[in-house]
Amino acid sequence: MSNKVIHAIYNDDDILMDAVKATRAAHHHIEEVYTPFPVHGLDKAMGLAPTRIAIASFLYGLVGLSVAASLMNYVMIVDWPQDIGGKPSFSFIDNMPAFVPIMFELTVFFAAHLMVITFYLRSRLWPFKAAENPDVRTTDDHFLMEVALHGNEDDLISFFKNTGAVEVKVIDKH
Amino acid sequence: MMALGLVGIAFGFLTAPKTIEDVEKILADSHHGGHHTEAVAHESHEEHAAVATHHEEAKTETVVADSLKAENDTVAAAAPVAADHHDNHKAEAAHGHDHAGADAHAEHQEHLEHVLHQLQNKPWAALYVACIFFMLISVGVLAFYAIQWAAQAGWSPVLFRVMEGITSYLLPGSIIFFILLVASGMHLNHLFVWMDPEVVKHDELIQGKQGFLNVPFFLIRAAIFLAGWNLYRYFSRKNSIAQDNANDDSFYKKNFKLAAGFLVFFIVTESIASWDWIMSVDPHWYSTLFGWYVFASFFVSGITTIAFVTLYLKSKGYLEHVNTSHIHDLAKFMFGISVFWTYLWFSQFMLMWYSNIPEEVTYFITRIENYKLPFFGMLALNFVFPILILINTDFKRLSWVVVMAGLLILTGHYIDFFNMIMPATVGDQWFIGVSEIGSLMFFFGLFIVVVFTALTKAPLLAKRNPLIEESKHFHY
Repeated sequence: MSNKVIHAIYNDDDILMDAVKATRAAHHHIEEVYTPFPVHGLDKAMGLAPTRIAIASFLYGLVGLSVAASLMNYVMIVDWPQDIGGKPSFSFIDNMPAFVPIMFELTVFFAAHLMVITFYLRSRLWPFKAAENPDVRTTDDHFLMEVALHGNEDDLISFFKNTGAVEVKVIDKH
Repeated sequence: MMALGLVGIAFGFLTAPKTIEDVEKILADSHHGGHHTEAVAHESHEEHAAVATHHEEAKTETVVADSLKAENDTVAAAAPVAADHHDNHKAEAAHGHDHAGADAHAEHQEHLEHVLHQLQNKPWAALYVACIFFMLISVGVLAFYAIQWAAQAGWSPVLFRVMEGITSYLLPGSIIFFILLVASGMHLNHLFVWMDPEVVKHDELIQGKQGFLNVPFFLIRAAIFLAGWNLYRYFSRKNSIAQDNANDDSFYKKNFKLAAGFLVFFIVTESIASWDWIMSVDPHWYSTLFGWYVFASFFVSGITTIAFVTLYLKSKGYLEHVNTSHIHDLAKFMFGISVFWTYLWFSQFMLMWYSNIPEEVTYFITRIENYKLPFFGMLALNFVFPILILINTDFKRLSWVVVMAGLLILTGHYIDFFNMIMPATVGDQWFIGVSEIGSLMFFFGLFIVVVFTALTKAPLLAKRNPLIEESKHFHY
């Protein structure tokens, strides 16, 4: 098989959404869609599996909470107990209200940072990486749908013309 | 249900002790059990139990010593008496009525009178908590409704008639509530201790607040607030129904302006109202974010009520345009405002706990010592359960999960209001008994009758609202 792909370019997100639905209905395999901004509902229309980053984020939050709790327990209770504001109870549970802001902040910190790092790893993004973007216009005002080419090339081109594409190209992918 | 509730309230009032002797008996009953096992009761009770011990002359010396030890821990005022006891306790055991005993006896009488007032307050306080809770639910819904108008929200117009139905309770609710306030002003009860001129005479702090906390001004304020809210409710409902058959959007625009104006009026008056109606039962104590804290509490209760009524009507086959996305959004608000409530609650608690200033921290000390279960239980109900149950996106779309979480939230916020009112009015004599449940049932019954009658009065779809199409197709 050739690894030819079709690049169908659109200039409106609503037209793109309809085109994606039509393409899926015609059982063509959408490889990727490049958009200048997040298009609401596109992932569902493309049939992508629901993201699991929420679960990851929740777990990261729990990690952050436990780190903060053990940190506060170690520094404030075990290692170097101090009498602050007349509350020298030297017991974690009795001093807990004072630790809540730290526990909250570290929960958020862990959840947020680890979630971003996970997202970068999962999307294979890192600093100075060359853009995978096939057409610079998708960073401005155009939307690009990449579809694997199987079967008759001319039929497919006319199919995508009919979905409202402003431009349809066949690209030989290496 | 209302009838049952009424019976409950009446029973509560009838069983409230009328005389000091009754109270003595009740306390003696409860202390016999408590004393033998352990010193569980509140310290001041220990003191009074110790006196009871002398009267009966039947306890062993160890018990007396126990009581006296507890007595030594009490407030400074009681200390001299306690010391006397300690020196003379053998003599006392023999004679019973020496000088120190007489002193203690006077104090004992005073304490009994105090407890009597607390117990007489109890049915009033129960009625007051239930009344303000249900009224504030409708106020919370009204605020939510006004926000939807002012923000020109596209998702919610299919729920407008539900919200309008719930806010219809505002009028009867606020009338009953105002009557309760007037009753307090006429000294029919002692919910607001600053209304008692005898108390104020001996209390410099309350004297300083007299310019604000006096009965006529208090009632005038309440009347203005309630009237303002009811007027907004009346006009916005009228415009909303008129919009159904209008040819242009003029009523919609009117309602938009009305909502914006109301929200400004509301956030000022709500804050003052929460000082008046809730914070002033503890007239010495104050907290600057109390208005927000109370608002968060009834706001989340109101949103939960919207979700409940919506789900109920939906299950009966009405509200065909409401889909799971609308429920999802309501559940998001339930989740978010629950966290917001916790944030405010904790901000208030932590600062007072940490700074430990006597005039502030006493509020939490009474609650933690005498209301341990409702105080911490409410935290679990209002924060821990909602956050764990509603954090999952898919759960927010399941009716039964939303209903379960909503029940927890409503129970939790009832207890929250219970915790705000009861410690100052009833003290450590609280329990959730016939009058509490009766009052709740009465107002719940009234609420259902009023709300569902109002729901039948207008079509359930605000069909000519300019945003209704967007709302019908709302999908997330």
